Amino acid sequence: MSSPAINSSPHEHQGHSTSQLMQQVILACVPGLAALTLYFGWGTLINLVWLCLLALILEAAVLYLRRRPILFYLSDCSALLTAVLLALALPPTAPWWLGLIGITAAIVMAKQLYGGMGYNPFNPAMVGYVVLLISFPLQMTRWLLPEGVGAALPSFVDSLAMFLGAKPSAGIDAFTGATALDSFRQFHGGQLISEFYERYPVMGVWSGLGWEWVNAGFLLGGCYLLYKKIIGWQIPGSMLLAITVLSILFYDGGSSASHGSPLLHLFGGATMLGAFFIATDPVTAATTPRGKLIYGALIGAMVYLIRSWGNYPDGVAFAVLLGNFAAPLIDACTRPRSYGHGK
Amino acid sequence: MTAPFKGQFWPLPRGIHPPENKQQSLREPIRKAALPKRLVLPLTQPGFVQAELCVSVGQQVRKGEVLARGTPGMGITLHASTSGIVSDIAEHQVPNASGLPELCLMLESDGRDEWLKLPPLDYQHCDAPMLIQRINECGINGLGGAGFPTHAKLQGALNSKHKIHTLVINAAECEPFITADHALMREQADEIVTGICILLQILKPERCLIGMEDNKSDAIIAMQAAVTRVNDPRISLVVIPTLYPSGAEKQLIYMLTGTEIPSGTITLGSGILCQNVGTVHAIARAVAHGEALVSRIVTLTGAALKRPGNLDVLIGTPIAELLQQCDVDATQLSRLINGGPLMGLQLPHANLPVLKITNCVIATTNAEMPPPVPAQACIRCGFCADVCPATLLPQQLYWFARSKELEKAESHNLLDCIECGACAYVCPSHIPLVQYYRAAKAELREEKEKHLMAEHSKERYDYHQARKEEEKRLEEQRRAERVALAKQRKEAANAALAVAGASAVADADSAAKAAIAAAMERVKAKKAAQPTTTDSAAAPASIPAPDSDTKV
Repeated sequence: MSSPAINSSPHEHQGHSTSQLMQQVILACVPGLAALTLYFGWGTLINLVWLCLLALILEAAVLYLRRRPILFYLSDCSALLTAVLLALALPPTAPWWLGLIGITAAIVMAKQLYGGMGYNPFNPAMVGYVVLLISFPLQMTRWLLPEGVGAALPSFVDSLAMFLGAKPSAGIDAFTGATALDSFRQFHGGQLISEFYERYPVMGVWSGLGWEWVNAGFLLGGCYLLYKKIIGWQIPGSMLLAITVLSILFYDGGSSASHGSPLLHLFGGATMLGAFFIATDPVTAATTPRGKLIYGALIGAMVYLIRSWGNYPDGVAFAVLLGNFAAPLIDACTRPRSYGHGK
Repeated sequence: MTAPFKGQFWPLPRGIHPPENKQQSLREPIRKAALPKRLVLPLTQPGFVQAELCVSVGQQVRKGEVLARGTPGMGITLHASTSGIVSDIAEHQVPNASGLPELCLMLESDGRDEWLKLPPLDYQHCDAPMLIQRINECGINGLGGAGFPTHAKLQGALNSKHKIHTLVINAAECEPFITADHALMREQADEIVTGICILLQILKPERCLIGMEDNKSDAIIAMQAAVTRVNDPRISLVVIPTLYPSGAEKQLIYMLTGTEIPSGTITLGSGILCQNVGTVHAIARAVAHGEALVSRIVTLTGAALKRPGNLDVLIGTPIAELLQQCDVDATQLSRLINGGPLMGLQLPHANLPVLKITNCVIATTNAEMPPPVPAQACIRCGFCADVCPATLLPQQLYWFARSKELEKAESHNLLDCIECGACAYVCPSHIPLVQYYRAAKAELREEKEKHLMAEHSKERYDYHQARKEEEKRLEEQRRAERVALAKQRKEAANAALAVAGASAVADADSAAKAAIAAAMERVKAKKAAQPTTTDSAAAPASIPAPDSDTKV
């Protein structure tokens, strides 16, 4: 035995690492990503590759400037996860520069300038998304019509052309249209829910053609994360419960004044992605057991409020950032009682 | 207080369940370790007062003879573990956290292992002071961990204004790898229950609860049978689920009684006394057999040992010899750990003696316990909070400890951390959390000491000032008294003069003279009065008002 370094207890470890957690979360994105690709074409995949590449380069560059060990921090995979989450949120028509600006805001501003992994008060992917949504509303709301409605999906070459900023062969407007949530917001007024769904095939059966499956995909991935105990049930549970309760309250029997069915809100837009992948980002979320419940419910309520009475068709990004603001306060107010400190 | 129905327990809200790794050392019964040629016996038990030497170099001693007597109160008496000659008294390294050597007695064994026992006592006919005296004489301290002197704990319980209603016997042995208590219970259950009966005789509690984790079924059967044999309704065995750290004193008490020991207090304040099962066994040997604590069961385990097991070891035996008796594979050995993998102390080498508190030595390999990897950033995942048995927020404590926000750390109950290591065990970023807490606690203690010292010197200064003021005041008072006395005397003289004057009135001629004399007297009196008035005017100024004290 060569004289070993003397270490402090404990000498045993469960064996999990932060890198593994990040990799598992990325893996759990696969069903949702597959559904997005199936219903909306190659755009998301192209964005994903592009953003991952940029994220690694930007993270390495800032680490170099900050004189931190580059490979050690890159290997935690947190930059990759941010890139994946932002790519999943971007419209598949996004040109290359949109991704560049978004990921720069996410990695450089929201993460590294605050001190890097673990020190960022706001979810980097959502900061990137919101910067883009506010700066480039046109590009950020130009979603593709899902497979099965109107024109065929753009081919890989057309998708690549859109990514590079060129016009696809048939012109970009041939493929694009409002998303289900957006259509609901713009065109539902004055009609019964059932009438409206019949008139707008983009609404699909429950919550938008394609979107139903995208959300189901993220729900599946979320269940995997729950099963693996990588995330807790509290945040997604309370967020989805808040959305369900509010949407039942304001469903109004599917009348012309209805704000949409619970299924529309649960399986529409970015609900499941937000509930299982974004709001659960541990760095920016509340951490106490009761605090997580409050945090999730707050985000769920904000999502519903923004969708129903706000200016945006979807509100997950804003809701999460508002939740991030509140997290330290929530934590401070919900400290658990320690052993031996009275009931 | 309600008595629990048989087997009732309150589940531990949080904890971890690492691989138990107990089977390796349980395959064989307890083996007697070979008699070492040379034993190393430190005069100080880690954390306690040094015992007073009562032998000299070259002296022949028998097994059980006192080598160093514990000071009254918290001292722990040291006995010769075998018969032989005291060959040297010198500094030697011992298993301790500081790594500093301790003054040790070197005992050369003569190979005869000749006992000098005290007369056995029939505990049923002994009173508490007598039994405590015996326990003290036999040098027994807690064998489970901290090594607190047992007689001091028992005496404290008797002196306490809270009557002990519950005796808790800690047989949980929750840390992985360690099986010393398990093996002891499996083979010596009757002796252990005798020890429990002795404690019942001393403390006269309402009940005694033996807490055992459910992963030692053979020991549970043995203990249950022994408890049934003594047929004392106060004693009951409570089997609790295997969850680390169920054997931590406060956690075990909660699981068995549902009582939380208030923060910052000791268990005696809640009417509960806790003893480790090994200690109870030592008490039985001391009382019923007159044997001093000269040996204990030590688990030798770890992947570097080809023949792991539990050994009956004389206190002071070098660990290196024990490793050899367990067929150590020196090429595989990567680290030596004294205690369990979660709270144990890593040893620098094997040339260290077994102490009374040495319950386990793990000779591990890199494959079994990989060396620690560099820590990554904290991602606030909160896994630590999910397992903290004290329901703290380890992650917040980590940030406070890092940024030296000691007050915040204290307000988040850092001092309630029992350093069990569950948080660091689950931390995906491999942050050595316990190390941060230890450092922060030490700093906090240091701050408090500094504060206390500052308070103390301020108190002394204030006292000094007050004393000076008081002296000044007394001096003034004495002066004023002197002046008043002088005045009084003068007035008396004046009065005498006036009487004399009055008698002279008859003489008409002298009337004018008297008037002149009276005027002169007045002038004199005025003159005499003047210094008095100046003095009394100065006096208030020299006695500062109480609120101006600090300005002086």
